[in-house]
Amino acid sequence: MAVKLEIAGVSKHYPGHDGISVHALDGVSFGIEDGEFVSLLGPSGCGKSTLLHILAGFEAATAGRVVLDGRPISGPGADRGMVFQDYALFPWKTLIENVTFGLELRGMTRDERERIARDYIALVGLTGFENRFPHQLSGGMRQRCALARSVANSPEVLLMDEPLAAIDALTRNQLQEEILKVCAARDGVPRKTVVYVTHSIDEAVFLSDRIVVMTPRPGRILQVLEVPFGYPRTDATRLDSRFSPLVAEIWQTLKVHMVQAIDSGRN
Amino acid sequence: MTAETIVLPGAPPTGLGLPRWAQLMIVPVVLIAAWEALAQLGWINLIFFPAPSQIAISACKMIASGELLRHFADSLRRIAIANTVAIGIGVPLGFFMGLYRPFENLMDGIVNLVRPIPPLAWIPLAILWFGVGEKAVVFITSISAFFAILLNTIAGVRAVEKSLVRAALSLGATESVLIRKVILPATLPHLFTGFRIALGVSWMSIVAAELIAASSGLGFMISYYREVIRTDLILVGMLSIGVVGFLMDRGLIWLEGKLLPWRVRLEL
Repeated sequence: MAVKLEIAGVSKHYPGHDGISVHALDGVSFGIEDGEFVSLLGPSGCGKSTLLHILAGFEAATAGRVVLDGRPISGPGADRGMVFQDYALFPWKTLIENVTFGLELRGMTRDERERIARDYIALVGLTGFENRFPHQLSGGMRQRCALARSVANSPEVLLMDEPLAAIDALTRNQLQEEILKVCAARDGVPRKTVVYVTHSIDEAVFLSDRIVVMTPRPGRILQVLEVPFGYPRTDATRLDSRFSPLVAEIWQTLKVHMVQAIDSGRN
Repeated sequence: MTAETIVLPGAPPTGLGLPRWAQLMIVPVVLIAAWEALAQLGWINLIFFPAPSQIAISACKMIASGELLRHFADSLRRIAIANTVAIGIGVPLGFFMGLYRPFENLMDGIVNLVRPIPPLAWIPLAILWFGVGEKAVVFITSISAFFAILLNTIAGVRAVEKSLVRAALSLGATESVLIRKVILPATLPHLFTGFRIALGVSWMSIVAAELIAASSGLGFMISYYREVIRTDLILVGMLSIGVVGFLMDRGLIWLEGKLLPWRVRLEL
């Protein structure tokens, strides 16, 4: 498969208050293939969100480059859809108006954009709630709406920034399956390329083709893991005999580095 | 939807079994009754404290003669013009200051230098520039409304959530789309707050301006009847302002609920 998104030697420094700059990312390089689901996994401060923001074009890298389909990324654009932890729905727009926002900007007629929006609203199971405002929806429903809004706009890459971090645990399991369903290939639409930021090992293992494990101070790639499960993934995946050992292995690896990070912080 | 009220343990049960409007009436009714009683008994000087019944009769006479309405209409027209001017300048300026930091740096100094000057301190200059009358009053009233609108617009633009802006950009919004379709609607609740505050301070400054720089309006009316020591008519003027100010504020709240239905839950 072809490399869709290439991250080459990306570093990010923030100027600190006391003149000491914060080293958020240090020479991060990897490629993401077309249709691949890649998770960025790591503890707070490992730079995973910073990297996602660089991919989205919200922030610029201090060094290195990010290339999507051969074009360097220089700012935000509709080719990279974003799903946020706090949903970022427009509170003055109804559910369907949120979903059609991007389609309207692309100059689609009302009929066309509402047809596409209803299709995606149905896909995330929100049919019947089209005319509700975000404040009338639960957290899980808001995130489904945000997911529909991003995917309906058919971005080349879907960037997800801890989308389930504020969702209760039971709904989270359910939404993980929904995310995979929405990103899967379906009648003529190829499978989505996804970069997914999370600090949940279980979530990364359940969702991803590959996991990029990152460590803090400075943010670096610790290892890149292939997840041995195929798609679609279901409850059976969580019960697979290889699931828990993989989660445990990642935790052991991360734990060593988290302890080191604390120690280096002390010195 | 109703907001949770904090109830202290040991506090008496709320309500007294009466609807809210009736509870709100208790204190005014008791005060007015006491005042009327004192007046009827001759225990207070009726020149300084006219009886409520006398005030009511005078109010009816003023309404019947059209005098109250004429003064009221003059004040209201000035308020409308002043607020239109204040919105016309304050909202665009506030947007530019909120959106573009270099422009804000340029303007912030002069805004904060002029803002602390009470609108009433402009009266002498306003009279010299515009003469006694309509223009001077409108000028003074617009100054007070302007700052309320400007500051709330800036605050509103600043308060727009970063993630909403980012979401819009990732959905393909250009800068112009971002301002019209995201920042403007997101700022509307703050704009409404600005309009409400502006309307409130408008009534305060217009009365003061009319006391000195006009020959009509509710402020002029109050001042005129001081000269002829008609305290009943002074009070009629004062009460009219209270009632109208209250009704206009309620009207704006109602309008906000109609225009921004998505905001209802956040407000109550």
